[in-house]
Amino acid sequence: METQESYPLDVESIRADFPVLERKVGGDPTVAGEGDGDDVPLVYLDNAATSQTPKRVVEAIVDYYYEYNANVHRGIHHLSQEASVAYEEAHDRVADFVGASGGREEVVFTNNTTEAENLVARSWGLNELGPEDSIVLTEMEHHASLVTWQQVGKKTGAEVRYIRTEEDGTLDMDHAADLIDETTEMVSVVHVSNTLGTVNPVAELADLAHEQDAYIFVDAAQSVPNRSVDVEAMDADFLAFSGHKMCGPTGIGALYGKRAILEELEPFNYGGGHVRKVTYEDATWEDLPWKFEAGTPNISGGIALAEAVDYLEDIGMDRIQRHEELLTEYAYDRLSEFDDIEIYGPPGDQRGGLVSFNLDGVHSHDLSSILSDQGIAIRAGDHCTQPLHDKLGIPASTRASFYLYNTREEVDALVEGVDEARELFA
Amino acid sequence: MGSDMYRQQILDHYKNPRNYGELDDATFSHVGENPSCGDTIRMDVRLEDDDETIEYVAFSGDGCAISQASASMLSSKLQGLTLDELAELDRDDVVDMLGVDISPMRIKCAVLAEKVAQDGAKIYREDLDIDATTTEE
Ligand SMILES: Cc1ncc(COP(=O)(O)O)c(C=O)c1O
Repeated sequence: METQESYPLDVESIRADFPVLERKVGGDPTVAGEGDGDDVPLVYLDNAATSQTPKRVVEAIVDYYYEYNANVHRGIHHLSQEASVAYEEAHDRVADFVGASGGREEVVFTNNTTEAENLVARSWGLNELGPEDSIVLTEMEHHASLVTWQQVGKKTGAEVRYIRTEEDGTLDMDHAADLIDETTEMVSVVHVSNTLGTVNPVAELADLAHEQDAYIFVDAAQSVPNRSVDVEAMDADFLAFSGHKMCGPTGIGALYGKRAILEELEPFNYGGGHVRKVTYEDATWEDLPWKFEAGTPNISGGIALAEAVDYLEDIGMDRIQRHEELLTEYAYDRLSEFDDIEIYGPPGDQRGGLVSFNLDGVHSHDLSSILSDQGIAIRAGDHCTQPLHDKLGIPASTRASFYLYNTREEVDALVEGVDEARELFA
Repeated sequence: MGSDMYRQQILDHYKNPRNYGELDDATFSHVGENPSCGDTIRMDVRLEDDDETIEYVAFSGDGCAISQASASMLSSKLQGLTLDELAELDRDDVVDMLGVDISPMRIKCAVLAEKVAQDGAKIYREDLDIDATTTEE
């Protein structure tokens, strides 16, 4: 392929790290719902929903359970020490990955991005906000942030405002400057939109927030997996992401918070493991970040998340980003060749690694089913951005999203699959 | 590679829906949706004088081929049934009617029309509080 050399990754060797990419799909024709039995190679283009897991990361989990499974921060015995050190160091490695110079004290492990949003919403939002305050979101927020802050607004009386999305999928920054005013206490924005692919100017938004003494919370679920993110360069107060979208396991994610802010916040959950001194009358809290990690945490998940971070860093975030951009641009261009395909969001060379679209006359669920019969995994539906879909005037869309192991041939397979659906419904 | 769920019959009902439209003289009508997929179905049902037997059903709405084809087929199938017989229908009946295997993730699309008709009938008979319907308005 003539342009293949400009792709910076050795995809063939990367794919060998992911056993699932070798499997065939199609299923047994004698089993209800399993399709017509065609065994076709898996084409996995649903990475924005969840990424696949390399052997190294799975092995880190196996190692933990086979070699040093024990509770953390508690036992004096050997296994507990090993587990504690590995789990605590995992926080440092993740902190370093996103440029948090405070290390572990600035990184709380959570279940996922959603829980990180809820942590700040409850520990800070419910305690600090009132009817005189406002929370500023974007129209393209994922439900993880939109619903969470909407509920905080309802409970505290704080007004929730939405920065407008322009026709081309970018944020109306004049509108942002208008909305973020002296009443604003929180600006919560998605870094890379999981529906439009827009890469939002988070550093600029952070400036707008800080001019009004508001905090900025960056939903980095779709950016930390595929680009170099520096929380200090963008001056984020909080930033959240999920392990399962970045080669890690499910059930683990992280909340970055500036140390000075985290120190002031109430714990999110109460219980064991995060307390220093407890009497029948009161309790005091452990140091950061453990104050926010009550109960036995997801120990193997935390260790595996750090392994995923190492895996990505070994390959190189800049190269992963470039690979994704090239694939995305290619997919955008190929899908743009058809008049009956509408693509949402910014142009192909100005977006994160995903393309959401609709094929005229074919509902995205039908398209997804037909693609699935050809082994192609894409996402159909509202991608947890229902209000944005309402604004676009569509019930649902089809999203292809790419990662470090995807190829141009897989994009070609997608385009052919779409062709098949078009013919079937013609 | 033929997609099993999209046999000719389904596509035919999707492209040429039967009994499509709204009734001026419906005995009852009900609307339901699957918000996450954007499938919407409205069923208008006219009963015979016995207030029991379904005389005619019209449907309208939009959404995926499975939901719309299912509504189209169901609208014909229901004519002549009693409300009790309608209440007895379950997902297997719908899958049999469609005549194809429905993958687990698509069952919700397939049964939407049936649920809308059943909820509409229950509300009509005042067995169901409108707020308690699984199909929302
Ligand atoms: C932009 C964005 N924010 C938040 C989330 C929520 O992530 P999780 O489900 O892991 O909490 C997702 C993924 O679904 C996302 O794409």
